[in-house]
Amino acid sequence: MKRLLSIELQKIWQNRASRILTLTYFILLSSVALIASINFNFIGIDFRMADMGIFNFPFIWHFNTYMASILKFFLAVIIVSMMANEYSYGTLKQNLIDGLSKKEFISSKFITVILFALISTIYVFVMSLLLGYSFSSYTEAGIVFSDLEYLLAYFIKLTAFFSFCLFLGILIKRSAFAIGFLIIWFIIEKIIYGTIKYRLEIGDKIADQIAGFMPLEAMSNLIKEPITRFQAYKAIENQISGGNSVKDYSVHLFEIAIVIVWTVIFMLMSYKILKKRDL
Amino acid sequence: METILTIENLHKNYGKVHAVNNVSLSIQKGNVYGILGPNGSGKSTTLGIVLNVVNKTSGKYSWFGGALETHEALKKVGAIIERPNFYPYMTAQQNLQLVCKIKGTDYSKINEKLEIVGLLDRKDSKFRTFSLGMKQRLAIASALLNDPEILILDEPTNGLDPQGIRQIRDIIRTIASFGTTILLASHLLDEVEKVCSHVLVLRKGEILYSGTVDGMNSGKDFFEVQSENIIELRNALNLMPTVQKIEEYEGKLFVYGELQASEINKYLFEKNIFLTHLVRRKNTLEEQFLELTSNN
Repeated sequence: MKRLLSIELQKIWQNRASRILTLTYFILLSSVALIASINFNFIGIDFRMADMGIFNFPFIWHFNTYMASILKFFLAVIIVSMMANEYSYGTLKQNLIDGLSKKEFISSKFITVILFALISTIYVFVMSLLLGYSFSSYTEAGIVFSDLEYLLAYFIKLTAFFSFCLFLGILIKRSAFAIGFLIIWFIIEKIIYGTIKYRLEIGDKIADQIAGFMPLEAMSNLIKEPITRFQAYKAIENQISGGNSVKDYSVHLFEIAIVIVWTVIFMLMSYKILKKRDL
Repeated sequence: METILTIENLHKNYGKVHAVNNVSLSIQKGNVYGILGPNGSGKSTTLGIVLNVVNKTSGKYSWFGGALETHEALKKVGAIIERPNFYPYMTAQQNLQLVCKIKGTDYSKINEKLEIVGLLDRKDSKFRTFSLGMKQRLAIASALLNDPEILILDEPTNGLDPQGIRQIRDIIRTIASFGTTILLASHLLDEVEKVCSHVLVLRKGEILYSGTVDGMNSGKDFFEVQSENIIELRNALNLMPTVQKIEEYEGKLFVYGELQASEINKYLFEKNIFLTHLVRRKNTLEEQFLELTSNN
């Protein structure tokens, strides 16, 4: 396993484009912290984002994992190209001839995907902890370390998304087309969702449930948008409408299971394609 | 003798195209084998199958008597295929380090092998800055990294300039002189003739000849004759009972049959035909090969 990882990391790290993208990703990830310094003036009163409760434990876990997962596209580009390049350079063929088995080849990519997801998760964890201790109103250990399932969801979401990218890289063999296909796939899912919701007339709830089985939709369901959960927002909403919107923001085991199943499907299909294809 | 690779009744279909048709081959340690065939005759496909990059349709092959799984066996094999495949953004040395990681050997051999192919002074240059000849030499260095039991070369001089071809051939000859088993696929006959002891001739995926290079050459003498009037000469030779076949080529006649030079000379002299040219020739591999591949 160490051997496979070292092979893959050498391929990525010695490529300047990948190196720059990786660094950019982590720098941008840190920039979530910059939200803390956002000030704006509202009817003569100074608002500071950090003081509005977005960095309160345990809400910060939800907020930061959601914000951080938007940036996953940077790593997605690296992962798609690390696979597609193997085809365009002809190095996939050479690697196999040199004595790497097809299984080892896929494993080395998948281990790297997990490593990326893990590093990103740890990074977000440490960053949130630091931000939280600086700005949170509550710092009791019991509160700080509650709701950590958002981090688990974040890790699984990234792994699944990168596995999808890996699969597209193998399937399509060209980075640009694979990324294009990813976007098209996203649109297709939205169209299917729209069709189910507005054409079949089976009710919003059932439509949402069906859509929840599609890969990208399932991934985005893992961590729901935190904006409407935001205290200040809620307070304003309550004043206007007077009612409390009931929305479930938690991470469900069921949703995690769907995403894990997709990850397994993507990896198995990648292996199958590789096995079947003549190079 | 130790068997390195056995291929039995290998078939490969690409849709309707039968790219490899019932190919069998056994490679013994210490010999130099050639696979000859025109482009598209199934050479690369056959090699692709035993190298784990092309899936066979049917048949069997086994490395080192079947003791190892293919990908494990390939760690003891050095192979280069058609064009050199490396990571363009890595230096020569980094590329070889990656191959070492895959094969599970240590880095100590890298400089030694770069020296053999004459690239030691360019080891820190990026692969993309290399000329085709240099790329191909790096591929050979990479194939030699693990001191392989067998070196497989598929069209190693394809697309190179004469100087590059010369360099690659010298390297191959040097390696062969160390006693390394070599399997060389090529459509260039002199290449095979110069270095190989055994040869397999393929056409449209089928074996036309399999055996030693000498065996392919033997018993195929013929005469090259020429005179002032080539038509008259041809007619006369046609009447000669021991002549089996006559071919015309660039103003000369090639005469096949159980013949002696003096017989021909005497016979024609009696017919009042005087030769301006009479040479006894052995068929070169090239002529053999063209004959084999076109007659069937």
